[in-house]
Amino acid sequence: MLETPVLSVKDLVVRYGEACPKCAESLEKNRCSVCGCVWAANNLSLEVYPGEVLGIVGESGSGKTTLMRTLYFDIAPTAGSAVLHDYKDASQSIWEASTAEQRMIKNNIMGMVYQNPVMGLRMNYSAASNIAEKIIAAGSRNAAQMTARATELLEAVEILTSRMSEAPKNFSGGMQQRVQISKALANNPSLLLLDEVTTGLDLSVQAKVLDLIRKIKAQYGISILLVSHDLAVIRMLADRTIVMLDGKIVESGLTDQILEDPQHAYTQQLVHSLI
Amino acid sequence: MEILRIENLSKSFYLHYPGLEIRSCHDVSMTLNKGEFIGIVGASGAGKSTILKCINRSYLPSQGELWYDSEALGKVNLSTATEREILYLRRFEIGYVSQFLNVMPRTTAKEHVMSALIDMDCTTKQAEADAKEMLSYFKLPETLWDIYPVTFSGGERLRLNLAHAMVKKPRLLMLDEPTASLDNKTKILVRDILLELKGADTSMIGIFHDIEFMEDVCDKVFNISDGTLVS
Ligand SMILES: Nc1ncnc2c1ncn2[C@@H]1O[C@H](COP(=O)(O)OP(=O)(O)OP(=O)(O)O)[C@@H](O)[C@H]1O
Ligand SMILES: Nc1ncnc2c1ncn2[C@@H]1O[C@H](COP(=O)(O)OP(=O)(O)O)[C@@H](O)[C@H]1O
Ligand SMILES: [Mg+2]
Ligand SMILES: [Mg+2]
Ligand SMILES: [Zn+2]
Repeated sequence: MLETPVLSVKDLVVRYGEACPKCAESLEKNRCSVCGCVWAANNLSLEVYPGEVLGIVGESGSGKTTLMRTLYFDIAPTAGSAVLHDYKDASQSIWEASTAEQRMIKNNIMGMVYQNPVMGLRMNYSAASNIAEKIIAAGSRNAAQMTARATELLEAVEILTSRMSEAPKNFSGGMQQRVQISKALANNPSLLLLDEVTTGLDLSVQAKVLDLIRKIKAQYGISILLVSHDLAVIRMLADRTIVMLDGKIVESGLTDQILEDPQHAYTQQLVHSLI
Repeated sequence: MEILRIENLSKSFYLHYPGLEIRSCHDVSMTLNKGEFIGIVGASGAGKSTILKCINRSYLPSQGELWYDSEALGKVNLSTATEREILYLRRFEIGYVSQFLNVMPRTTAKEHVMSALIDMDCTTKQAEADAKEMLSYFKLPETLWDIYPVTFSGGERLRLNLAHAMVKKPRLLMLDEPTASLDNKTKILVRDILLELKGADTSMIGIFHDIEFMEDVCDKVFNISDGTLVS
């Protein structure tokens, strides 16, 4: 079966700090005990296919957020390549594109929901203008159309129209995540990056966010990279799942296989501590 | 014509803590022909479910080959096929009814059945019509269609599982103890549906405790003891 991935990442390395000649043999987890630099992503390769949800689980500090933020150009990779099928030059790594091109990719092809809403939203601007900002960035200038689109997007995530002009700093965590999601959807992305979107939310709010992601998957056919600590969330949403530890992928497979027949010691521990 | 040929399938689990190998099924071979219905019997823990889960790739086979003759993909070895191929086959060709209810939270019974069809790119309207037909065929009371199945009884859950798997008329259907919690009347219903599916060219492998039931529906019966095929 020949399919073209929406995204394919090859041998990604993200290192925080300068390396030393001893790094390779001196890593304790992801940190070099000689020079103290951190290999947050250490040779990651993965593929995301059209319309699928790829789950990412892993220990705290294993490099999940680093991966997501590198894909969204917030962090520059140390090495490796990423090819986005919907980017005009599908043979070039997006990390080698010009700053202007990268901005275009961010504004037109990808959407990101940060683990920390402060990073994804302007807390003092209204919810509507947060979304308008993304729509403008994607090239629209028509005010009436923009308002209509912002309304539609906020309605889709069940934020009351009456609260559109309020600033997210007044919103609950769950509402902030939903505003982030609608902002991320504003430009009809082909790839959505979701970093712990449900963490820290109470159960009923979590349920709303999960239902929303399910709806997005069913209705828009967007490919989603979904980072979550919560195996129940992964079970519910992810078609395939990769497991990370110390900046590396230790195993990957169909989600039910990862949960029912985990191979790696870390995954077994993770799954067994659930039951 | 064969649709599935299992060659020397073995599965063991290695548990890193405490460092222990659990042998489940061992060197199992069998062939399922098109339109045929194979039954598997054996004691609890013998390795029956393991065989089905390997075919479904919920478990990674340790050894052996699982040759499936796919309508869209041709001959596929299910033990080495890519994850995307397996996902494709699960969507369109292979159905699996587990011993347990496997529903999405906050999804009604009807939506659950519909989801199988929507996954196959069927329109919502068509999916709803087919789902209703399947639910009434399994005599799931209409009052239950629009509620969440977490409160269903064992038999109701099973009928929902069956409706979910059968609504897409899979080419290969696996059933793990589908009659375990059913009363006699419902059992007869399930038997009739299985016979009808068989007539419609669905090939099936089922695990049963109820020998009598199995003799009614199955063409061949395999006996698994301690993970090995004995007859
Ligand atoms: N700016 C930075 N400078 C130095 N080290 C960093 C920096 N950002 C992250 N790290 C380190 O990189 C590693 C990966 O961090 P990352 O935030 O990607 O983890 P994560 O998998 O998202 O964890 P969590 O599950 O806790 O969110 C950690 O060891 C972290 O301490
Ligand atoms: N995911 C698993 N991890 C470890 N051992 C397992 C797993 N699944 C099944 N087993 C073991 O494999 C053997 C066969 O199990 P199973 O196939 O479920 O038996 P049954 O014939 O009752 O369906 C049992 O010893 C069981 O404990
Ligand atoms: Mg993180
Ligand atoms: Mg069993
Ligand atoms: Zn070093």
